[in-house]
Amino acid sequence: MSEIVLPDDPSFGPEVQVDYPGYRSTRLRAPKRPLVTLPEEAHSLDGPVFGEDALDEHDSDLTLQHEGEPLGERIIVSGRVLDEDGRPIPGALVEVWQANAGGRYKHEVDQHPAPLDPNFSGAGRVLTNADGNYRFVTIKPGSYPWGNHENAWRPAHIHFSLFGRAFTQRLVTQMYFPGDPLFEFDPIFHAVRDPKARELLVSQFDLATTTPQWALAYRWDIVLGRGGSGTTPFEEQSS
Amino acid sequence: MKTPSQTVGPYYAIGLSRRNEHELVAPDDPAGIVLHGALLDGDGVPIVDGMVEIWQPVERLWGRSGTHPDGTFAFTISKPAAPAGQAPHLDVYVFARGLLKHQRTRMYFPDEPAANATDPVLAGLDEGDRARLVAEQDDGGLRFDIHMQGGHETVFFAT
Repeated sequence: MSEIVLPDDPSFGPEVQVDYPGYRSTRLRAPKRPLVTLPEEAHSLDGPVFGEDALDEHDSDLTLQHEGEPLGERIIVSGRVLDEDGRPIPGALVEVWQANAGGRYKHEVDQHPAPLDPNFSGAGRVLTNADGNYRFVTIKPGSYPWGNHENAWRPAHIHFSLFGRAFTQRLVTQMYFPGDPLFEFDPIFHAVRDPKARELLVSQFDLATTTPQWALAYRWDIVLGRGGSGTTPFEEQSS
Repeated sequence: MKTPSQTVGPYYAIGLSRRNEHELVAPDDPAGIVLHGALLDGDGVPIVDGMVEIWQPVERLWGRSGTHPDGTFAFTISKPAAPAGQAPHLDVYVFARGLLKHQRTRMYFPDEPAANATDPVLAGLDEGDRARLVAEQDDGGLRFDIHMQGGHETVFFAT
């Protein structure tokens, strides 16, 4: 992994650089023109609401979805979903997907020569509770190689998709694990140019939420943006 | 500080295409309309690992469609009502491998020329951008292609 230069630029703040050249697939897919700001009358603080019927059995425990248990290190991932003012968002749909312990996704396009695990599909869904908390049981995903550059490997991560109150709070992101030695080589992680913002993608080991004799635990809080264009103060909806 | 966005990556279907969520109304609903289109990159090549989500704010209907091996997506929708002061439209969000943050656009209806002419969002765009946000009627229903780049680049909105 020579000559990887992934410089910081704190001026980006929490915004990922969508046309980040280090991630090659952005070249033909990131829009080239500036985004257009919607007029005020087109702002909306509304979005889809999901209920228990969005969930299947064992959606919150990825180790229980098959006859046997998956291989790997069993972990508990939990945290809170908050708005930018620190208020919890109850009823948020949190969807996750990930590679297995060997770094292989159960997806036909993934050709990494690591074994599939017949006891691991790698997908889950939960709703946040009244205090904005979510919790999954899963196994720690493995790192895996990809074709971005010579000897490129992704740091271990879990993909997260979130719906807040407003569709404009929609977020798809990735949760990483603390101290991963692959961070410094990963252009997707470094497309978040502000090192302080990158830290927000990294979970924390949390002894308090482990289950003794059974599973280690990581905590990761997620902060969703405001509704509307980001320039309008969020107003509490009365309903 | 809000949590930054990251790409959905090539394997999003594991987590986000587990259910049939592309029918906002039943396919045999007499009011149902097929909405289909292609998601295209800067070379005009179909994006086979993309995903489109749509939201009808008035009816509070949401759906998503992954792109198929030919880069197309498809929904069954019903014609939405017009939000106050705007033309009927769908909110459209685009996700893909290589797209570090989803992109937001809108789709308008070709049978609403009068409402489209006074829509405050369309009014702020030049003619080409305006035309590209209006779906076309074809034999299969409504067609709405999304171009990430190039001479036909779709206009995307700040979120």
